[in-house]
Amino acid sequence: MAAVEPGISLRGGGRVRRRKVVNRIAEAVALVAALLAIFVLGIVVWSVAKRGAGELSWNFLTKDLPIPFSPDKGGIAPLLVGSAVLVGLAAAMAVPFGVAIALYLEEFASPRVAPAIQLSVDLLNGLPSIVIGVFIFGVFVYGHLQNGWAGSIGLAIVMLPLITRATQEVLRLVPRGYREAALALGASRWRTVLGIILPSSLGGILTGSVLAIARAVGETAPLLFVTSIYGRSVAWNPLHALPNAPVQIFIWSESEDPADHQRAWATALVLMLFVLITSLVARLALARTRSKLGR
Amino acid sequence: MATVTATGELRGGRRLRDWLGDRILIFVTAGASLVALGLIAFIAYKILRGAHLALSTFGISFIWGTAWDTNKNVFGALPGLYGTAVTSLMALLIATPLAIAIALFLSELAPSGIRLVVGSLVEMLAAIPTVVLGLWGILVLGPFLADHVEPWLHSTLGFIPLFGGQPGASGIFVAGVILAIMAVPIIASVCRELFVTVPPEQEEAALALGATRWEMVRGVVLASSRPGIAAAVILGLGRALGEAIAVTQVIGAAWGVKWSLFVPGDTLASRIAGQYQGAVSKLQISSLFYLAAILLVIGVVTNLAAQLIVRRFAYARPGGS
Repeated sequence: MAAVEPGISLRGGGRVRRRKVVNRIAEAVALVAALLAIFVLGIVVWSVAKRGAGELSWNFLTKDLPIPFSPDKGGIAPLLVGSAVLVGLAAAMAVPFGVAIALYLEEFASPRVAPAIQLSVDLLNGLPSIVIGVFIFGVFVYGHLQNGWAGSIGLAIVMLPLITRATQEVLRLVPRGYREAALALGASRWRTVLGIILPSSLGGILTGSVLAIARAVGETAPLLFVTSIYGRSVAWNPLHALPNAPVQIFIWSESEDPADHQRAWATALVLMLFVLITSLVARLALARTRSKLGR
Repeated sequence: MATVTATGELRGGRRLRDWLGDRILIFVTAGASLVALGLIAFIAYKILRGAHLALSTFGISFIWGTAWDTNKNVFGALPGLYGTAVTSLMALLIATPLAIAIALFLSELAPSGIRLVVGSLVEMLAAIPTVVLGLWGILVLGPFLADHVEPWLHSTLGFIPLFGGQPGASGIFVAGVILAIMAVPIIASVCRELFVTVPPEQEEAALALGATRWEMVRGVVLASSRPGIAAAVILGLGRALGEAIAVTQVIGAAWGVKWSLFVPGDTLASRIAGQYQGAVSKLQISSLFYLAAILLVIGVVTNLAAQLIVRRFAYARPGGS
């Protein structure tokens, strides 16, 4: 057998080497970009943790806000209570509305009506939150007193499109077969929706709502004009302005007093830990729901 | 036959209940949808209504007015428009290449285990409350940039007016960087979803022809996703344009049109947020509504633009989400 002599060299020449180098560079750039994003996340979390952790204590979490210009350190209990009340009320409003809109869009709306509603949900989603803040101020507070309800409604507007979207996504994942099987068994549409479709997407709706809550609890702009002048002590009544974490961090960060910066860091740490942990858990749960439904 | 009538009766009762149940459920969900539809209209109405006084006083010239004088009661939007444009543009210039690179890493390069971890971490970046990012911006990032980055830019590129001013810990430059940090996860996650929907046969075809991974990405993935990337960038832009809190914290609140990136400025959103401690006159409050109206229009336009691109794109690539 005569050895076949290739007419051209099969080994890469300079051009191939160059292409390989370019390829390596591109891959390195992509890797570095991803590492940079993680680095920024890490440095933000670390900065907040380093400066905030020293201040954190049981007293800090349970005492009233400090008296301005006094050496008393104070605490942030009113902020935690107020934020919980504001976001709780907002969720109580936004979740039923959001789920109902998603159900209408996915189950009932005719192709003529659906785009208009989808568009308004998308527009709400893209609305700058400061615009929502100004709107809420104009409706509820201009000419009246600041109150917690206004803040909750503002947060609910922020949450509504998020919940609608999340619900739509899981509703789309419910297998067609479920729907068809239920209808073939003679179940009516409302029974199919409430008895089959909604329960099987409940997990996704729940995690979507938790993600929306994690987003809303850090929102400052919708609250800034409507619940930013409040007392030092714990308040539960949403008919009055409620102390809340994001607005107070904002106020403290604008202050000249280094002690206020310390308080801002510690409060930011509490807020950030809550947000990051809840959204991480919700995301993991969501990934599980998706893979379970989307088989 | 008797059984048939019996079930007939039974079904009659059930039919009524089902008819009613269907009606009620549709009625309730349609009502909620109408509320969403009405809400967006009501927001627009209420904001324009609030801006009415400023609209009738200054008219359209408010847009190119440069004053914000509470004593003389003269207000204008130009410095805010300028600040918004410059900070958003800067944010996009930084964020777009980074975000695309991240999305490529996640969709093409990373093994699945790393993909999950890195992907979640990038999404966590978007979850950080803006007020916390702003706090970090004013107390950590701002001083760092003022001490290390801005002097360097100033000494090497100082002949360009943009880098001319005196480096400072708060200003347009810091705001641009903060906005870039916010825009990266948004652009990256949209791009990643796009890249994943590129048909694998096309990618494999390119590789089989001997293309390197990068050539495949450039020739197949990026080339076929161009409109989608544009839409993703516009979504990031929408985020950057409207962000109020973090920008207010770092930008230094100065109402003027200055060439330098290092001096304090203001955006439309940050001017509104900065006035939270109360405005002096009705005209001033109305001017804030006017700013919000401008912001609303810009927000709706960017959103619609992104939607339009996505919709066209969806026709171009059936099967893509």
